[in-house]
Amino acid sequence: MQDTQDMKRIVIEPVTRVEGHGKVTILLDEENRVKQARLHIVEFRGFERFIQGRPYWEAPVLVQRLCGICPVSHHLAAAKAMDQIVGVDELTPTAEKMRRLMHYGQMFQSHSLHFFHLASPDLLFGFDADVAIRNVIGVAAKHQDLAVQGVMMRKFGQEIIKATAGKKIHGTGAIPGGVNKNLSIEERDSFLKDIDQMIEWSRGALAIARNYTIENLEAIAPFGSFDSNHLSLVREDGAMDLYHGNLRAIDANGGKIFDQVDYNNYLDYIGEDVRDWSYMKFPFIKSIGPENGWYRVGPLARVNACDFIDTPEAEAARQEFMAVTNGKPNNLTMAYHWARMIETLHSIEKIRDLLHDSDLQGTDLVLKGDRRPEGVGLLEAPRGTLFHHYRVDENDQVVMANLIVSTTSNNEPMNRAVTKVAMDHISGKAEITEGLLNRIEVAIRAYDPCLSCATHALGRMPLVVRLVDHEGNEVAKKST
Amino acid sequence: MNDTTITFEIDGIEVHGREGQTIMGAADTAGIYIPRLCAFEGLPAFGSCRVCTVKVNGRFQSACTQPVAEGIMVENDTDELLEFRRNIIDMLFVEGNHYCMFCEKSGNCELQALAYRFGITAPKYPYMFPADRNVDASHKDVFIDHNRCILCARCVRASRDLDGKNVFQFVGRGPGKRIAVNSRANLADTDLEVTDKAVEVCPVGAILRKHVGYTVPIGQRTYDHEPIGSDIEANKQ
Repeated sequence: MQDTQDMKRIVIEPVTRVEGHGKVTILLDEENRVKQARLHIVEFRGFERFIQGRPYWEAPVLVQRLCGICPVSHHLAAAKAMDQIVGVDELTPTAEKMRRLMHYGQMFQSHSLHFFHLASPDLLFGFDADVAIRNVIGVAAKHQDLAVQGVMMRKFGQEIIKATAGKKIHGTGAIPGGVNKNLSIEERDSFLKDIDQMIEWSRGALAIARNYTIENLEAIAPFGSFDSNHLSLVREDGAMDLYHGNLRAIDANGGKIFDQVDYNNYLDYIGEDVRDWSYMKFPFIKSIGPENGWYRVGPLARVNACDFIDTPEAEAARQEFMAVTNGKPNNLTMAYHWARMIETLHSIEKIRDLLHDSDLQGTDLVLKGDRRPEGVGLLEAPRGTLFHHYRVDENDQVVMANLIVSTTSNNEPMNRAVTKVAMDHISGKAEITEGLLNRIEVAIRAYDPCLSCATHALGRMPLVVRLVDHEGNEVAKKST
Repeated sequence: MNDTTITFEIDGIEVHGREGQTIMGAADTAGIYIPRLCAFEGLPAFGSCRVCTVKVNGRFQSACTQPVAEGIMVENDTDELLEFRRNIIDMLFVEGNHYCMFCEKSGNCELQALAYRFGITAPKYPYMFPADRNVDASHKDVFIDHNRCILCARCVRASRDLDGKNVFQFVGRGPGKRIAVNSRANLADTDLEVTDKAVEVCPVGAILRKHVGYTVPIGQRTYDHEPIGSDIEANKQ
């Protein structure tokens, strides 16, 4: 272990404009050279333990409570696992499409929230802009149209969730073997009324992310970037599929590590490493090992891993995105924003297509099969591949739960990004400004991490940076 | 019981009852809602939860057990009684492990519905977080979650008086009191059937049918649109 006794320590706690609580520590030697930089996840949750003993049909409703931003992802991943528990391998068309609609609504609102509310201040004002305006209020003041679009796009996605799950947050729509409601004509028409506007705004957001990346490519190409593996679900024909598919992992050059793996066998391919300084595990690809087998998930990984996108405008955007790296995987941390907006456009295209599908007004909602003891449910959540795995005993009680949430898979990549930015931008600097420290957060924000999901997200979340010497004395403190 | 009309007042409103009828029964007919938890139409009155407490000529009485009498003055909808009932509901919430946010009874739960009617958004007493409440899911069609039991004895009475089975009974005293089943082991060893009235009458999420949780969507559950007691208040002339 490194001797850190004579080092100075910078702590960024909490990291702002991300979901949940985390902190960054940076150890500096006497020359202000960065010796170590880490992102710590400081909350402990325990859902895998307290779901034990609960009846299996509770899981989709209970486990989604671990997040206030992407509960739909957990709701649906658990429901998919419970489909297997009740012996249903294929849902009715109405159930499958209602769940997909819910999921695309979730993707649309979550990506919109992140881009407009959390990330755009950095992109619009610059990393060093006055912190007083580098926030969503600043965006609202200077770019009123964008602020309104962000709010309205998020609202549209939330209303889709309400129409499919019963509530905008923590609904009950997906039940083992199906869903509990269909989409009424009135609900459908209320969405169709606004769909063209949503598509138009999604195109605009995509253009902002694209132009930002292209125009600043030289500056952002090295920013927190590194080669990595990428993991995603893909459809059997290689298309991007956010709700269902098989596992594909590629390396930094696009070579396939594994492909079309049935996700029920994920344990044969994915392992989890534990480190003593974080409550979050470090997943890795088993065939490569914990040292080099870590991988990225989320929009960047999905756009990199898929062969194509099955909606025309998003596919055109994907081709343009891939052309920047000559068809090879894009490994730029800041390219996450562009990839995320491609997915936003894809999601709204999917929503439009679904709304025109009369299966959503079907009444065949639930199927039942022969009970099984074990179920695995995977989907592509806004932040990446989400794993839910349960075992249920003969009394219908959950006896084992294993969740690998998206941000967990991005743990090592985020730490790499933090280290890279600390080395490139902070190491050796005589004065460490707020703008320099914000670069650390910019790199983390690119991943849109959900550090533990909303439990402490209410109220003001000030950025406090303390510089303390090796005896713990505070040398300097900056706060917003 | 005979047809002799008894006239009395609830909160200054003239109400007519019959001899042998309870205050609650007469109030229901008149469209006046008196909140309740352990009382259930078709079951003998039990008088244990005290949520239906009213004042009769200035004295506290449970409306589900107290018979009507000529000329009595009943207080029901007063600040004092509302506060008294609110406290009881508050205490019931903290005494058990009631997690409405994921409970499948949400929207159909009488305890939750009473809390909403009384404007309780968070308990004012400290949670007790009892750790000794188990789940008996041994029966193939029904399960008991003791975390949510409020000891109203509806299941005890329904099993005994309507199902003729005596599946449920109280054991223990004071804070240790709980519902037990009439077998040496678990619910699976009783003759309880999913169609029994005892399963149907539970006001909370303590006794539930298996495999059907959340099948009624939000928006179509019993108390999604109208507060508890609205059906009775609809009787008002």
